[in-house]
Amino acid sequence: MTLSPAPYAGGVTEAAPFSSAELEHIRAQFPILRRDLHGHPLVYLDSAATAQKPSRVIEAEATFYWEANAAVHRGAHTLAGEATELYEDARGTVARFLAVNDDEVIFTSNATEGLNLIAYAIGNASLGRGGAAAAPYALREGDEIVVTELEHHANLIPWQELAARTGATLRYIPVDDSGAIDVDAATGVIGARTRILAVSHVSNVTGAHSPLETLVPLARAAGALVVLDACQSAPHLPLRPRELDVDVAVFSGHKLYGPTGIGVLYGRAELLNALPPFLTGGSMITTVTMEGAEYLPAPQRFEPGTPRIAQAIGLAEAIRFVDELGFDRIAATEHQLGARLLAGLAELPGIRVLGAGIDAPRVALASVVVDGVHAHDAGQVLDNVGIAARVGHHCAQPLHRRLGATASLRISAGVHTTADEIDQAVAAIAGVRHFFGLTGENA
Amino acid sequence: MSGLEQLYQQIIMDHSKSPHGYGLTEGDVTSHQRNPVCGDEVTLALRWSADGTRVEEVAWEGSGCSISQASASLFATLAAEDADAGNAWTPDDLQAFIDEFREALRSRGQIPLDEERFGDAAALSGVSKFVARVKCAMLAWVAAEDLLTRRAAEA
Repeated sequence: MTLSPAPYAGGVTEAAPFSSAELEHIRAQFPILRRDLHGHPLVYLDSAATAQKPSRVIEAEATFYWEANAAVHRGAHTLAGEATELYEDARGTVARFLAVNDDEVIFTSNATEGLNLIAYAIGNASLGRGGAAAAPYALREGDEIVVTELEHHANLIPWQELAARTGATLRYIPVDDSGAIDVDAATGVIGARTRILAVSHVSNVTGAHSPLETLVPLARAAGALVVLDACQSAPHLPLRPRELDVDVAVFSGHKLYGPTGIGVLYGRAELLNALPPFLTGGSMITTVTMEGAEYLPAPQRFEPGTPRIAQAIGLAEAIRFVDELGFDRIAATEHQLGARLLAGLAELPGIRVLGAGIDAPRVALASVVVDGVHAHDAGQVLDNVGIAARVGHHCAQPLHRRLGATASLRISAGVHTTADEIDQAVAAIAGVRHFFGLTGENA
Repeated sequence: MSGLEQLYQQIIMDHSKSPHGYGLTEGDVTSHQRNPVCGDEVTLALRWSADGTRVEEVAWEGSGCSISQASASLFATLAAEDADAGNAWTPDDLQAFIDEFREALRSRGQIPLDEERFGDAAALSGVSKFVARVKCAMLAWVAAEDLLTRRAAEA
């Protein structure tokens, strides 16, 4: 089996994969990797659910509490000033990471909140809130919101609800039998009535890159807003919302080696400053009377209340961590791991990998269905030898239903993953059917 | 026995492959339970004696992991064995079984199921060390409890 020559992680990279010495150095920065599970060293292959945290991220969050904790954007004492500066520095770090302006970066509690934020802001515009500035974004009966059939529930349900609240119609671009977005069908779904296209950058089930190069121009031609769920791409490929020509992009911090409780919403400045707020309260206003309030521009407009200060600081440290590793080198390493994983799985009888063929661009992730064995049982066999992998529908029930599976077993790599760990996972999966008394090709 | 073999004892493997009590019929009053995490599903019916005081049969259908399916099968087997021995369950008997089962399964391996009372279903004791799987094993039993609660509310 030769390694796939297909473009990987945003394009063929010239960079060298991490050497084994470099990988050892990276691994040493993740304290949890020293743990044993059931007498085996932990093999963590569930980074797509949540990434492990390097010490420096944990320390950055703790150091803030030890040395600089104070409420931000209020109070005049020295600590408050220092905390505010650290928090806004974190925003700046995210902005440079995305190559956007600072005031286009909203901190949320997670990606799900980011998607709800934009859906609710548009919903509020549809109720007439936000006045003339927001009116162009208002939805009404006859308008269409378009998603794809492979979306994570977080990029599906907020749009179902928005459609229900506004009278708009939710449509979806189907996937083909392999689980790849059906690009040909997209032209029949995205059209003059489309007002919003909400699509993931990388599927959390198949690991495939979405065909944004086709979908985004279709949405643009229709004059629709484009909302990108970048949760599964942000840890693996450079995320450049402007180059991708999307209006909104969301991702979660915890999948990017950062803390839980922090997410990011990027929005084009004109859009954010035109939309009415989602959550309301303190820290987001200019003037408040007993009758009403006037709102600050973004980002404050969308960050009411005391924000996630320590988490934002931890996320900024995580971004510096991946930035120092370099996305070109991360991509080169993960390309090899992904190809190795898929090649290994392709050799196994009774194993079906969800998604398009081995050559389709994807991150180092694969979801498998083991013939005759429920994913929960398969995952247990891996857990028994210290391998942490995800089992279930991965919050993508419609995609699993479409592919005739109730659940799957997902292997996903991170920057600390080694080729040996991938081999261990493949070997463990190879043993699953044997353990449950199923052998041979057609058992 | 390794941890994995404690969980997947031969009895459990056998019941998941050849389930007992499988098959619902028109008119069964059922409770549908699902584990949203992994999609395990069990739909279960209690078939009562003509006077409505005893459980003569537990019938079910479902899909999912071997633990959830074997547990439903073992539960149906236990009900059938007790009924055949002339000890068909009253609602209180059934509730007592459910309570004991839940207590054992939530005990993290501290409280084994009584083999005298639970028969082959006692093989499910091993599940209690696997916290993530307790919900799978409980599915059928929760369905039975739901039916008991609804029955009591209607009485």
